[in-house]
Amino acid sequence: MVQTFKQQSNFKVIGTRPVRHDGFDKVTGRAIYAGDVKLPGLIWGALARSPHAHAKIKSIDTSVAEKIDGVLAIITSKDMPETEDKMIDLGEGDENPRWTSNKLMAGDKALYKGHPVAAIAAVDRYTAEQAATKIKVEYEILEAHNDVDSALEKDATIILETLVGDDLGEEVKNTNMATHEKHDFGDVDKAFTEAAFIEENTYTMQMVHQGYIEPHMATAFWDEEDRVKIWTGTQGAFTARTALSGLLKLDVSRIKVTPCEIGGGFGGKIPVYLEPIAALLSKKTGRPVKMVMERTAVFETTGPTPGGKVWVKIGADKNGKLIAAESKIWFEAGCNPGSMIGPAAQCIYAPYDIPNTRIDTYDVIVNKPKVAAYRAPGSPQVAFAMESAVNDLCEKAGWDSMEFRMNNASDQGTRRGDGVRFSVIGTKEVINATKNSEHWNSDIGQPEEGKVRGRGISHGYWFNIGLKSSVNLNVNKDGTVTLIEGSTDIGGSRSSISMQAAEVLGIPAEDVRPSIVDTDSVGYTDVTGGSRTTYATGFAAWKAANNLVSELKNQVALYFDRKLEDVSFDSGVFTVKTDTVNEKPEKTISFKELAEKLYDFCGPVNSVGSVDLESAGDGFGMHIADVEIDLSTGKTDVIRYTAVQDVGKAIHPSYVEGQMQGGSAQGIGWALNEEYYMKEEGGMVNSSFLDYRMPTSLDLPNIETILVEVPTPLHPYGVRGVGEVPICPPLAAIGNALKDALDIRFTDLPMNPAKIVKALTKK
Amino acid sequence: MHPFNYVAPKTVEEAVNVLEKHGDKARPLAGGTDLLVQARGNKWDLEAVVDVKKIPEAMKLEASDDGLIIGSGVPCYQIYENEEVKKHYAGIVDGAFIIGGIQIQSRAAIGGNLCNAAPSGDAICPLIVYGATANIAGPNGERKIAVEDFCIGPGKTVIKNGELLVSISVPKPAKRSGAAYERFIPRNEMDIAVAAVAVSVVIDNTGENFESVNIALASVGPTPIVARKASDYLAGKPINDASISEAASIAKDEASPISDMRGTIEHRKHLIEVITNRMIKESVKRARG
Repeated sequence: MVQTFKQQSNFKVIGTRPVRHDGFDKVTGRAIYAGDVKLPGLIWGALARSPHAHAKIKSIDTSVAEKIDGVLAIITSKDMPETEDKMIDLGEGDENPRWTSNKLMAGDKALYKGHPVAAIAAVDRYTAEQAATKIKVEYEILEAHNDVDSALEKDATIILETLVGDDLGEEVKNTNMATHEKHDFGDVDKAFTEAAFIEENTYTMQMVHQGYIEPHMATAFWDEEDRVKIWTGTQGAFTARTALSGLLKLDVSRIKVTPCEIGGGFGGKIPVYLEPIAALLSKKTGRPVKMVMERTAVFETTGPTPGGKVWVKIGADKNGKLIAAESKIWFEAGCNPGSMIGPAAQCIYAPYDIPNTRIDTYDVIVNKPKVAAYRAPGSPQVAFAMESAVNDLCEKAGWDSMEFRMNNASDQGTRRGDGVRFSVIGTKEVINATKNSEHWNSDIGQPEEGKVRGRGISHGYWFNIGLKSSVNLNVNKDGTVTLIEGSTDIGGSRSSISMQAAEVLGIPAEDVRPSIVDTDSVGYTDVTGGSRTTYATGFAAWKAANNLVSELKNQVALYFDRKLEDVSFDSGVFTVKTDTVNEKPEKTISFKELAEKLYDFCGPVNSVGSVDLESAGDGFGMHIADVEIDLSTGKTDVIRYTAVQDVGKAIHPSYVEGQMQGGSAQGIGWALNEEYYMKEEGGMVNSSFLDYRMPTSLDLPNIETILVEVPTPLHPYGVRGVGEVPICPPLAAIGNALKDALDIRFTDLPMNPAKIVKALTKK
Repeated sequence: MHPFNYVAPKTVEEAVNVLEKHGDKARPLAGGTDLLVQARGNKWDLEAVVDVKKIPEAMKLEASDDGLIIGSGVPCYQIYENEEVKKHYAGIVDGAFIIGGIQIQSRAAIGGNLCNAAPSGDAICPLIVYGATANIAGPNGERKIAVEDFCIGPGKTVIKNGELLVSISVPKPAKRSGAAYERFIPRNEMDIAVAAVAVSVVIDNTGENFESVNIALASVGPTPIVARKASDYLAGKPINDASISEAASIAKDEASPISDMRGTIEHRKHLIEVITNRMIKESVKRARG
């Protein structure tokens, strides 16, 4: 049975905007990131990488590199531990260590450009990098598959010979299709025959990268007793530990992961890349080994989000009620199985209540880096398809697309495309807030000559996750509380977690002092991802704080020599009520006073809170995009943008707004210019920030935010995850705005100037 | 990358000696905004970088009646902040102002941009339409070469081992002249030209006709391209939409772009026509004051 909470409204700390606890260290440059780690005796590691996207490795000759002065060790796939062929749970997603090991160090084949083929440890970075260029590899180049269509052709070269595909439960060999799943509810075929209006289209998109500013870095030390210490920038110290345990064949307790400050992740810093290689080089040399990635390698060899193809068909009756939806989703998994087809199916129809739905999803191996989570993984791609189709259906039928979305909005009890039914959700509240916003009701204004303007809207949805978190609280003599947690802080979660403890304890947020510690120093905590941190680790903090209050009540009773049931606690003050029988007066003592007294009275007081949450509050958002297109160059400027979102309860509104703005910015980049530009023979070409074309601050308007608060009963304060929803709507919001401005439907991302000019010329 | 020597000579002669000694394993260093990135990316096998910023001739920025001298190490910001340059060489300012961002412009040099010889180099086409000359020093003394002949391929120039670009001379523009440069990028900053055009015009004393025109195109060939036919076409023509459109159309045909990650052939050709049109008009506007 899932616990539910009645929501309160009179908050003292929640909803305020205190300065973040880590702010000072970060703006002064004193915060310690993985790149700052220095250890006595430190040596450096570097990787030799395949220049080919698909090639047989006929031989690797390390003899020249070995002789270079300063080279201390070289490893190849032969040195990788024999891993088990089974899925292991990494919290947000599973992983098969055998595939992962093969991804991190090529075996008999290079599967993507940049695939490591050997690793070198040397006395310094440049020696290691130079030695890496002296590794001689003999390749036999194979046909590379850049996209799902090419990989699924009948006579396509098989990328993973040992792969056994799963086609609706049937085993398939000699295939590049890892998985085909189906979700089928109602009678879709019959419903389409009854539909008055049907819209159908195919949408395509390229891989895009999270583009975090800090590249991957790791330092490892493997000691004589087979204990491994890792310092790294990761979204999940414990999941990194689990992954390393599988890859290195060591018990989790032999591995200690210290999460450093992290310069962005967006899902891309959940997997390990350098950590196991550095650990193996350390084992071989007996020295701590540090490895850093160049930006090129970050793009070419870490996990972007899948490109692919989405076909969608929707049908409505004559009254504008959606009655049927069908879709096929093909995602690029990269070099081994595991794209986000599951989440795509969960998300595609989520904003709508549709009685008859079918989804087929396909996970396809291609010669690109293995995909990883990227902010609502799988959802933006399908939202682009669905939300474009909804607008086109409305246009065809002559319906107002905002009203249509309201009339078909999902609600409590609505069945999602994968069969799950919703708890309390805010879809309708979000649509209403959008409809009533100043932006929606404003005039778009006149462009200068040669330019046109358009406005578009789109939904976005992410289910958010719960999972495991632990928090410890310790009361200090000065009335402050240290909060020990295991959630890497990416977007201000130190503050949002501390604030939930502070609310319970009735003390200022600043009096809670959060620390993010290593895997030996706090209970198991899942990744900072899935928009779960403020929700689940905040829940654990709430629980720990309540446990602390219970313990403090005990101590108050003992201290005043009164009965426990006479002690109450409210807004940071403990009260012992008047004892009329024994003629004892009422006593009050504040949290701060009590902390000082208890130091001598009973010694340290502390508490623990841990949770394992099965579910989380679903998140909906709707965005409004105003664009202006230069008809002569095809350049699109986003001139006004508003993000509306049901955030449940905004613990720290500034960081909620920040998440909404950041997600919107990434979605705008994805819509307009970002893409993995591939060579025909395979391999990414534009692997630099210069040519990857993420938006700069000059390419974005101020992103306006409207916070809708429909608290989820699943959390004591009604928190819903907020980080992922905002990347889902921008693709279609901009696509719909371009349609509004140009009367052209773009179905292929990115909608860049070259494509716009081409379409305008054709028109 | 591996360790290499940093040399900061105080004279041209000293610089040439070091460059000659190391041959293709030495590179001159101006702002370093291209060179250092390339060195890290193992483009060069370096023994020495030769910093030009201690050489007085390479740091000279001087506008006089004879024209403008731009030392090869002069950073972009000095160019666009110089009142004389702003007044008489607006087209050069257009280029200097959009190379990288503000931090980059405080180091990056016009001379470095020229020597890097990227087909997209924002400083190069403006220099070409102003008729600029590169002043090169080498073991055998000095030589001069027109900037339009300076680049011979992507990243390749006429500079030989042991030689150094000391400065660039720009003749003083004629009366009733104007010039402008614009590039197209899909973003608003920090990007590389998909296509770009520099134009300079001299108009006659009636103000109604082109006397002479220079048009140069960037990012649409292995080197910056002088659109000779379009330039010649306009000489003596009346200033009107028809003549300008025709010249832009001719320039489009003179472009020979490729399709790559930065743009397609069709988009680039289209852009050349659009921007040439705009830049001719802007140059006329500036010429008329």
